[in-house]
Amino acid sequence: MAEPVLELDDLTVRFRLKRGELTAVNGVSFCVRRGETFGLVGESGSGKSVTARSIMRLIPEPPGEISRGRIAFEGRNVLDMSDAEMRALRGRRIAMVFQEPMSALNPVFTVCDQISDALRTNLGLSKQEARERVVELLSLVGIPSPRRRLDSYVHEFSGGMRQRVMLAMALSCNPSFLIADEPTTALDVTIQATILELITSMIDRFGMSLIFITHNLGVVAHTCDSIGVMYASHLVELGGKRDIFERPQHPYTVGLLNSIPRLDAQARYLTPIRGSVCNMLDPPVGCKFHPRCAHAMDICRREVPQFREIAPGHHAACHLLDRG
Amino acid sequence: MTTGDALLEVNGLTKHFPLHADIYSKLAGEKAQVLKAVDGIDFRIRKGETLGLVGESGCGKSTTARLVTRLIEPTAGKVSLKGEDMLSYSPSRMKAARKEVQLVFQDPYSSLNPRKTIMQILSRPMELHGLAASWAEKRERVLELLERVGLGLEHVDRYPHEFSGGQRQRIAIARALSVDPELVIGDEPVSALDVSIQAQILNLFRDLQEEFGLTYLFIAHDLSVIRHISDRVAVMYVGKIVEAGPAAALFASPLHPYTKALLAAVPEADPGKAPPKLTLKGEVSTPIDPPPGCRLCGRCPRELPVCAQVEPPLVEVGDDRQVACHNL
Repeated sequence: MAEPVLELDDLTVRFRLKRGELTAVNGVSFCVRRGETFGLVGESGSGKSVTARSIMRLIPEPPGEISRGRIAFEGRNVLDMSDAEMRALRGRRIAMVFQEPMSALNPVFTVCDQISDALRTNLGLSKQEARERVVELLSLVGIPSPRRRLDSYVHEFSGGMRQRVMLAMALSCNPSFLIADEPTTALDVTIQATILELITSMIDRFGMSLIFITHNLGVVAHTCDSIGVMYASHLVELGGKRDIFERPQHPYTVGLLNSIPRLDAQARYLTPIRGSVCNMLDPPVGCKFHPRCAHAMDICRREVPQFREIAPGHHAACHLLDRG
Repeated sequence: MTTGDALLEVNGLTKHFPLHADIYSKLAGEKAQVLKAVDGIDFRIRKGETLGLVGESGCGKSTTARLVTRLIEPTAGKVSLKGEDMLSYSPSRMKAARKEVQLVFQDPYSSLNPRKTIMQILSRPMELHGLAASWAEKRERVLELLERVGLGLEHVDRYPHEFSGGQRQRIAIARALSVDPELVIGDEPVSALDVSIQAQILNLFRDLQEEFGLTYLFIAHDLSVIRHISDRVAVMYVGKIVEAGPAAALFASPLHPYTKALLAAVPEADPGKAPPKLTLKGEVSTPIDPPPGCRLCGRCPRELPVCAQVEPPLVEVGDDRQVACHNL
């Protein structure tokens, strides 16, 4: 097994808002190995994006605060790095692709300007060298006639093409680690298929590691080796792709899988998870999932279940699994 | 199938939006471009049935919903409700017809007025259609509706911001039901919801259909949602219906290359299934002044010379299935 590249240990992120204090990420630990693709799945507000942004130290402080834990990238704690060290890390070692390319890209600069900005700052290329490299990058991500599109603005591209530009920008400084935060959520299903293929091929080609954040279980089923499931700031289950899809253990993971309508068979009714996500400003005591859980016991209402290994490489946090 | 049992029938429905040319092209004498959002579509929905309308962004699904509710006027075509031509209705007759056809929108954050309580939101349609005489009667009916869509009665005097997305969508559904409609049109009603909540709302749609004998036109871009909720499905591509038929048959053996491509692109939540793939070339064609011939020209893996010249009509191929493709 390859060595771990990124290790999160007990990561806890809090936000102090006017309305109260909110824990967005609560004791999350996982590791991503070299060349591995890791899927972080959860519904809106579960803390998956905050987890990703913490790795890049993109959490605005204040109101946010990484209050506990350690994020080790290639053995060094990112949280101890100076601003200069962080700048050397972002883009060059770890790059990020965001969900909404229209708001992540700058509308008043041409595509070439934006991508070469990173190249010139990080790699010290000249204007002309950077321009040539941008042509290479755009053709790498499958933008037709890249030389002609160099001086186009973002609004002149379709949604799928914009996401390709984002990916070209992320790949520009040869990072070894890519974080993709819902990169296909805003796209139509046929475009999504091409972007997923592209990301997978880039990962293989450059031997990168990937964290893929999504709410779509179908997407991780086909792009990721291992998967972490988040619910209300906690990582509730973690395991290999087959563990999660074939032997899900946490009631939330089971509920999530049962909620998805299937393409190959028509059931009259779906099996949803009852209720709705708790208010994160005033979360329930004990397991955060207990108000929605069909198997909730007394202990679930009192104590937060421990996240522990239930089978080799398969972790979950549920009192049901602690009964022996 | 006879026309008689169709609750809603749409023939040659067309909506063209002229794009305003800038002054330079006007001076140069260029013709204004036309965006053909919906370009001659036909479908029927039988009473008590759910027709799923599926397609990618910009294919004309939402425009279709707006046309059949006459929120916008069609350029051409016919919309018949229970055999009557809805487009010839006088404004007062149309107002009465609106009671029969209700809409549920995608975004429950913008479709509910933030300044009105749930009581006000749900009783307004009854007032407009003269369905409740007294306050007490309205109140009783509103409480009944809340219970029916699975919301606690204590919510009746609250405002929309106090509810989650799923709860708001329940309120929007209750509002649609408040006038006792026959046809409910859902324009992406579950797209903005998380999957666990989406399942709750889909079940609610199912329950209400059984209880009130409702007919649905259900619009979505998510194929598994469409597969789940629909009896019949129509697939749209750039303003045209390219394939229609019973849900089970259409999903089991899609006939049109576009339907096949859509299904192959869906990532199923099962690592054992084939990974998503795009079987078409290039990107979605433009609805602005589309060239003659099939809209899928240039992208289709089974293209014939005739495809670029003649637009394939939607033809019956047996078993209640229709396809618009030259190469079958």
